[in-house]
Amino acid sequence: MAERTFRDGARAAGPLAVAVAGFGVSFGVIARAVGFGWLAPIVMSGTTFAGSAQFASVSVLRDGGTVAAAVAAALLLNARYAPIGISVAPYLTGSLWSRLVHAQLVVDESWAIAAEGKGRFSRSMLLGAGVVLYVSWVSGTAIGALVGSGIGDPSTFGLDAAFAALFLGLLVPLARDRRHVAAALLGAAIALALTPFTPAGVPIIAASAACLIGLKR
Amino acid sequence: MSRTWLVVTMVGAGTIAIKSIGPVLLGGRPLPDGVARVIELLAPALLGALVAVQTFGNGQALAVDERVLGVAVAAIAIWRKAPLLVVVILATVTTALARALL
Repeated sequence: MAERTFRDGARAAGPLAVAVAGFGVSFGVIARAVGFGWLAPIVMSGTTFAGSAQFASVSVLRDGGTVAAAVAAALLLNARYAPIGISVAPYLTGSLWSRLVHAQLVVDESWAIAAEGKGRFSRSMLLGAGVVLYVSWVSGTAIGALVGSGIGDPSTFGLDAAFAALFLGLLVPLARDRRHVAAALLGAAIALALTPFTPAGVPIIAASAACLIGLKR
Repeated sequence: MSRTWLVVTMVGAGTIAIKSIGPVLLGGRPLPDGVARVIELLAPALLGALVAVQTFGNGQALAVDERVLGVAVAAIAIWRKAPLLVVVILATVTTALARALL
């Protein structure tokens, strides 16, 4: 396979950039409606850069939850980024500062786009996709937070199905042998089984345990 | 500090810390063999879980709704080797149409 570049990563993230920006708009609108003002949603998207966690903490506050509950919900959802970060660590070379900055560009979508199978990742694809998605997410949030509730909820347009389709499209080429297929099915089964009984975020973290079948020879 | 800014600061700092653990502590070094064999299966395991939750999850409930049609059409498109852009657009349009018509 030819060396894949930053531009390839940016191009691969293109189809998603629209959906991500749409969700950014949703987040800006909802956070503003909950009383976040216009600046806090933009700062949150710029520093946290993890959609599901941001939605979760805002919805906890909206339902009258405590600050601790809102923070816990978000960090629980983001706990998957610990193993995900370890998986890309061998490919993030460079100084401590550049590794720290590049680590922030790792989100589900950029990570999946950068996956080359066999546990290998393309650093330039990861960074290219990460930058495009970051700009989409933060600028979408800014539009939502500044323009406010004049815009409808993008999920009515079917954008929520875009992520499932994308993850499926990225999964299929990786499922190249029986162990990979088994890990995917086991991960899906664990996540669905736990969804009704655990707080959001726990099913996805628990599903990562499916990769332990790699220990079996 | 207001509740809003407390949440924004703490979630932001916590997330940055979580994302940084691997790249800062292990960056640029190969993983030990046992770890590598497990991490190799992390992508399919997490992607399988994400597909399942994004398709059937609705908060803490499971639901079969218009998204299933969108993802089914996406699956056919992937099987037919359509580019990812086409796959994502087909899923979005199918789901939106189903919501409007059904």
